[in-house]
This record gives sequence, structure tokens and C-alpha cells, in this order.
Amino acid sequence: MNVLEVHGVRKTFGNEVVLADLSLNVPEHSATVLIGASGSGKSTLLRCINLLDRVDDGVILLDGVEITDPLIHADGVRKQLGMVFQSFNLFPHMSVLDNITLSPIRVHGVEKSRAEDEAITLLRRFDLVDKANQFPDRLSGGQQQRVAIIRSIAVRPRLLLLDEVTSSLDPILVNEVLSIVRDLKADGMTMVLATHEMGFATQVADEVCFLDAGKILERGSAQQVLENPQNPRTQDFLLKVHQAGRL
Amino acid sequence: MRERLSLSRDKRKSSMTQNDSPAQSDLSRASSWSPSPRELERRIQRQNHARYRVRIASFTSLIFIGVIAGGIYFSPGRKVVAETFFDWNYGREVSHLVFRGLITNLTLTVVAAVCIGALSLLLALARTSRSAALTPVRFLATAYVDIFRGVPLLLTILLIGFGLPALRISWLTSNVTVLGTIAVVLTYSAYVAEVLRSGILSVHPSQRAAARSLGLTANQTMRFVVLPQAFKRVIPPILNDFVALLKDTGLVSVLGVTDAIRAAQIEGSRTFNYTPYVMAAIMFLAITIPLTRYTDYMLKKSIDRQNAQGTA
Repeated sequence: MNVLEVHGVRKTFGNEVVLADLSLNVPEHSATVLIGASGSGKSTLLRCINLLDRVDDGVILLDGVEITDPLIHADGVRKQLGMVFQSFNLFPHMSVLDNITLSPIRVHGVEKSRAEDEAITLLRRFDLVDKANQFPDRLSGGQQQRVAIIRSIAVRPRLLLLDEVTSSLDPILVNEVLSIVRDLKADGMTMVLATHEMGFATQVADEVCFLDAGKILERGSAQQVLENPQNPRTQDFLLKVHQAGRL
Repeated sequence: MRERLSLSRDKRKSSMTQNDSPAQSDLSRASSWSPSPRELERRIQRQNHARYRVRIASFTSLIFIGVIAGGIYFSPGRKVVAETFFDWNYGREVSHLVFRGLITNLTLTVVAAVCIGALSLLLALARTSRSAALTPVRFLATAYVDIFRGVPLLLTILLIGFGLPALRISWLTSNVTVLGTIAVVLTYSAYVAEVLRSGILSVHPSQRAAARSLGLTANQTMRFVVLPQAFKRVIPPILNDFVALLKDTGLVSVLGVTDAIRAAQIEGSRTFNYTPYVMAAIMFLAITIPLTRYTDYMLKKSIDRQNAQGTA
């Protein structure tokens, strides 16, 4: 069963077409990896799924329900989704624990003590329990992003959206963040990720989609797309990634 | 000189490569380090330069103070001014009268500040809301801010103080202190609302996006994520407005409220000695200088915090 279905989505900013007739199916427990140059529409697609941006055409279904319906309760949709941003976006005025428990307590009506217990369990699992009462500006970038991931999964989302979550981290920190994502994949979390980490894509992706100018030019298993690309633009992109030493 | 420089630099380089060997732990590296000759030389140079700066600063300050003191000392009216403005015995005599007036200023300030806080928050929220139902409120709030920021405070005090009682609404007070306070609250709320609004708008949209992506409603996002950050940022300008408020409460004296300035005026016009004014000024300064120092301190703290946050 597909958790997410995207049918013919189009999004423009002014005259610029960011997403053009884009379609995508994400089955339960699968990880779909979006690759492509900056500006190819990866982030915009994730923001459209999360209703942070409005599509200009096409339909997005979450568990078979059309979430692009203009009358839908957007907060109710977002309750079921988790999103992690490139720039972490932790709340700087709240401790790590408060960052994580805010949504469970205020949006999902979980009792404070239970929400905190669950947050501590997650923090312990990902080696951050000693940071529970720290404020974000005391944490390294990698720690901040791990907290941001924990914050987004603390509400047990149906679908997790990860938008270039390692792009602002150095190689050592990248690894600690990616290991969390691998763990979540092993847990069976359904997710859509935009990333430039091709090696990582190979490890977690059930499907890799190469985006170019708002279209999916090539899709398939990581082996097919990353090792044996058919489309010349995919070949060109991967060649450049390879030359930059990131494959 | 250049030879000496390059020599000591070479020495330092060799000692650095020794110290940087990865086998050594941080601890042993710290304990084995002693400043290189070049570093010692630099410390002496820095010290000399610092002393030079102190000498320059003392010299210019002395000249500056000398010119002002001389100007005052040799001014023809010095004696008269000393008698009519700085008669300390008379000043001590009237200080309790002026101080009683100052209590009025302080009470007015505190009461007004509380009301301003509530009203300005409502105005700022109304102006930043995007709700369709609140469109007329948003329009009203904008008009309110435009009007009360545009009319001089003194004029507002006169209009409210003499205009409202003229309406002869039975339940409305004709107490001039209350009416004066209302006028001050109305004007200052417009100012403070704009400060708050700028604070709300200064919170980066990514914070809002993160909150909404967690399922928080627009109101929850405002309450738990945007407002707490906005408040922190506007503390310095709000403190600034608070100091201005304390001084501007003196304007309600035009309605006949006996505040510190009015008390000094009454005394001064009785004896033709203006020392009470100076006493009032000293009393205001005793409160406002610590407040402005504190404001500066808070401002510095908030700037440091923002710089430390970097990419957040």
C-alpha cells in the first residue's frame, strides 16, 4: 500500500517552473531518495507534501486522502508528517527536551510526563540523553540535527520528510546523522529524502529518483540509477558528483 | 630589525612542529609550552602601545574638561546661576515636596506600563495576524497605530484630559490623573506595539515552518515559538521606551497633576529660585541612569547571543 502518492504535481514561482508534472509513489516502510542538482525541485516537492508550499496543479494523496484539497485541515495533515530541515530549525529558546516534547504535548495531547519519558528514551537510544536539558546553541551541528530528527519522529509520523539533512555538516558529523536515518529505515519508517550523499542513498534507498528541472528523469533501484544510469543528464550529474569526490 | 623578525619566526616554527606531534596529548602539550621570544617581544610591544593610548586619552580628556570648566568659570552670570539654580540648602528644604511629586510620576509609570504591555501586545498581534475573520481588527489596529504615533503626546493629553469630561458621560471619571494616564497609555501603546511587531517579524520564517511542520496551529506557533523569541529581542528597545515613559509622565502636569516637575515649578515660582528644578532633574537621573545602563547591558547581551547563534 502506498503511504504517499504524488500525481502530476506542478509548482511555479513566478515564471520559473520548479515542479513540472511530477509523479511519485511511496509504499509503506520504503525509503525514496531524491537526487539532483540544487534548484532541481527536491526541497520544493518536500515542502509541497508538507503543505508548506501550495501546488499549482496535480494531486497529492496521503494514505489515499487528497491533502491538496483546498478545504483540508492542514494542521491535521501535518500532524501525520515529520519534516527535518537542512538548517535544523530547532527552537533556540527551548531546551532539547522541550523542543522534542512541544508537539506531543500541545498537538497530540500526550501527558507531559509521558511525553518526557518517551523523549528521554529516544535521546538515550541516539546517545544524546546527557544533552536533554541543554539549549540548542550549546550543541554541535550534528547533535542539533539529530535532535531535530528525534523531534520529528517523537510524534510517530506516518511519513518522514528529510530535506538535505546533512548539507550543512562536516563529514564526521554527517556520519552520526546518517546513522540515525539508517536506524529509522531499519525500524520500517516510511520516508522521502533529498540528499547529495550518494553512498548513503545506495544504503537506504528502495527507490532513487533523479530530478532535473522539476521532472523525474530517471528512477529505479539505487544500483540501476547510480551505477548504470541510462539518461544522459543523470550520467552527467553523477559524473560531476564523482568528480567532486562525493560518490 | 627584519632579520631579527624572520629569525624569531623561524624559531617559533621549529618549536611548533615539535609541539604539534600527534603522539603528545593535549595536557602535556599545554604544560610543555612556554612563550617564544617573539611572543614575549610582542607582549611588551602591546603593553607599550596600551600605555601610549592611556596617555593620549588622559591628555584629550584634561583639555576637554579644562575648556568646559573654564567656560563656566569665566562666564559673567556664573554667580547668579550658582545662587538661583544650585542653592543646596534651599534644595534640601524642598526636596521632600519634589520627591512626593516624583512618587506620582513613578506610580503613573508603573500603572501605565502594565496597561501599555497588554494593549500593545493586542495591537501587535492584531497587526501581524493573517486570519480572515480579524480583517476589520487588523485595519483598526493599523489606523490606531498611525493616529497615536502621529499626534504629539502633549496634544493627546490635552484632548483626552479636557475632551473626555466634556462628553459628560456619567460613568467616565473626571480625575485628571486617570485621564492623563489614559492618554499616555494610548500613545505609548502605539509605539510599543510597533516595537513588538518588528520583533515578531524578525523571527526567521524557518522557525515558523518548523513549528507548523510539527502540526502546531498558527496560534500555537505564535504563542510557543514566535512570541518568546520576539520578546527576548525587543527587551532593549522596550526598556528604552520605559525610560522615555517615566520622563513623559511629567507631561500630565498640564492637566493639573502635581508631579515632580509641577511641584518644582510651584516652589520655584514662589521664591524665584530654580533649585527645585535641578533637584527634580537629579531625582529623575537617579532613576533613569541605572535604567539606561541596564538597557545597554541587555542590548549587548542580546547582540552577543545573536552573534553566538550564527546560522540558527
